Amino acid sequence: MAESEKVPTTRRGVLRGLAGTLGAALALTAAGKQPAAAETAAAPQAQPPAATAAAPLPSDPLAPEDVLVRMERELRRALAKPREQRRWVMVIDLRRCVGCSACTIACVAENKLPPGVVYRPVLEEEIGTYPNVTRRFIPRPCMQCDNPPCTPVCPVHATWKNEDGVVVVNYDQCIGCRYCLTACPYAARTSDFGHFYTADTPPATPFLLGQETADDYERAANFEYGKAWDRADGGSPIGNARKCHFCLHRIAEGMLPACVTTCIGRATLFGDANDPDSLVAEMIAKPNVMRLKEEMGTEPRVYYLL
Amino acid sequence: MAKYASRLNRLFWVLAVVAFVVGLYGLYSRIAFGHTRANYGSYVPWGLWVAAYIYMIGLSAGAFLFSTLVYVFNIRRVSAEGTVAAPAVGIADGAAFERERLEQVGKLALFTALVTLLGALICIWLDLGHPERAWKLALQTSFRSVMGWMIWLYAAYFVLLLVELWLALRADLVARSDRSALARFLTFGRRDVSPAALAADRRVLRILGSFGVALAIAFHGSVGAIFGVVAARPYWNSALTPIMFLAGALLSGGALLTFITAIWGPEPGSELHRNLMRFLGQIVLGLLALDVLLEWAEFSIGLWNGTPTESASLLLVLFGPYWWGFWIVHVGLGVIVPAILLIFLRRKVWAVATAGALIAVTFLVVRLNIVIPGLAIPELPGLEEAFHGPGLTTHYVASLSEWLLFVWAIGLAALLFLIGRRVLPIVHSER
Repeated sequence: MAESEKVPTTRRGVLRGLAGTLGAALALTAAGKQPAAAETAAAPQAQPPAATAAAPLPSDPLAPEDVLVRMERELRRALAKPREQRRWVMVIDLRRCVGCSACTIACVAENKLPPGVVYRPVLEEEIGTYPNVTRRFIPRPCMQCDNPPCTPVCPVHATWKNEDGVVVVNYDQCIGCRYCLTACPYAARTSDFGHFYTADTPPATPFLLGQETADDYERAANFEYGKAWDRADGGSPIGNARKCHFCLHRIAEGMLPACVTTCIGRATLFGDANDPDSLVAEMIAKPNVMRLKEEMGTEPRVYYLL
Repeated sequence: MAKYASRLNRLFWVLAVVAFVVGLYGLYSRIAFGHTRANYGSYVPWGLWVAAYIYMIGLSAGAFLFSTLVYVFNIRRVSAEGTVAAPAVGIADGAAFERERLEQVGKLALFTALVTLLGALICIWLDLGHPERAWKLALQTSFRSVMGWMIWLYAAYFVLLLVELWLALRADLVARSDRSALARFLTFGRRDVSPAALAADRRVLRILGSFGVALAIAFHGSVGAIFGVVAARPYWNSALTPIMFLAGALLSGGALLTFITAIWGPEPGSELHRNLMRFLGQIVLGLLALDVLLEWAEFSIGLWNGTPTESASLLLVLFGPYWWGFWIVHVGLGVIVPAILLIFLRRKVWAVATAGALIAVTFLVVRLNIVIPGLAIPELPGLEEAFHGPGLTTHYVASLSEWLLFVWAIGLAALLFLIGRRVLPIVHSER
């Protein structure tokens, strides 16, 4: 209360003098410029290069094109190609990630993940000691390795790299031995042990809607791999290994993966690396690109920009 | 000893029934609540049931390999010094009699291998997320996976065990046919007990047993290789892993068989029984030394190389929250006490039997210490804090339901053993 009274007083004081007004105007200009400048320096990919620049949004001809718009356009281009000619990759710009975990939650919502199943957690790391301290956030989807250690260990041919190069699981074939979980060096596979968020909530009473209504969401099917998987009946994917699949079911419809669409900092990029004009092809050719546990020779398709 | 043996037999009946009945809750819990009552999760995907599986499958492979001492390596006599005599020596009547008794240990070993195999298979079957799809393992096998090989190897091993056991029991089944309908049925119509027919049986047994030695090594080696090939887990990823599985199988299976022979072996209290116990005790002591050597190799190399990836798991075993499992249960009760008993009290049947029981029981900890610490190191730093939910932790302690299901499987195996010993001519004093 005291502060809110003070602020207008101060502002009025500043505005009173001509010099003060000028000073404020200068400060505002500087403040307005600064983030834009920082953005350009830190993340050049925000501005599409002239060669590939597309028509700007009709509503605002001066605004730079949102990378999502560009990636969606590139996605449509890639979908027109034969499957085996596409090379889906994901690029995660760690400088733009603020650790909001919106991607994690978007993924949970998109794939209706139950408790204990997560496809894309965001690892947090604190670097340095005060006062030189910073935090780093590392979203960790499935790496969709070109040399995946998780697929050959499956004893029943339930997981493989599909024609698009995405490591997929056949829920109807998986026996739930969890060998692939142990074999993944990135812990990118989790097992669906049959937990429900509403498991121990009370049933309906006169004043409460109760579990029967609250679990509507959990009874709805997800659409992984383009098929309706209904967990409510207790069958697969319960008892199966589950993992990130780059939202293949969304890609098939021309939509970007849920984590890409939802990223508030546009830190997660997705596309076909075989298309030389694509955003991701540009990004993975930068010198500041790296992949996790490169020394294991798994050849991940998820790249990080440092 | 004979008196104690029958008392201990009664005690084990009681224990087996109690374990079976109490453990039924674990079975109920698994069927009714699936995997939600278990504490393994996505970061420690394998828990007590997998450890129980490799534990019991090791007991089985070990007991089987001991049976080959009789059927393949043709050991016919054990002297008072606990040494064995070459086959050529035993032509006299006394030797033939003794050989008969030794063959009973062979049958005991085969039967032990069978019941422990069943216990192991139940544990791993119920560990599957979809037990109803287990048939896919056999009919839609991927041979790129070590696990695919393992399935076929133990299917072959299972069949071989049944055939060997049947051949070993056939003559006794025929002898019992007029008294027991079960024995009559189990002869499957082959009643010929002429010396020629028995010699033929023995020859087949020897061939099967020789094949079985290779099969048991391949099969248990493949169980070890399942762990050995996982490059993502530096603690497991070693060529030594399958070898340690085999050494552990021989040790734990041999120790169990020694204990079983003490109580259910031929003629407890007799001179032969004492000699036999001493013989088995000495083998177990040798295997114990081998196992300690391999363990030393694993720990010393893993810790001295100084890279944190592998040493992290080893340090967890040695000084983690369950340090006492390694130091007190395994080193103390599973190595030092049995070694003292087997070295200084090797003539005492009770001491050798106790040593066998201690090694066999505490070996579960060795198996747990293979499975869990390999998984309990986060693969990426910050993984556990990144997202929360059931099973998204590297801290694992088996839940009550898990323990009870394991107790049930042990109770079931023990009951099968006790019932089988009662109704089948595995060890007997007739003929």
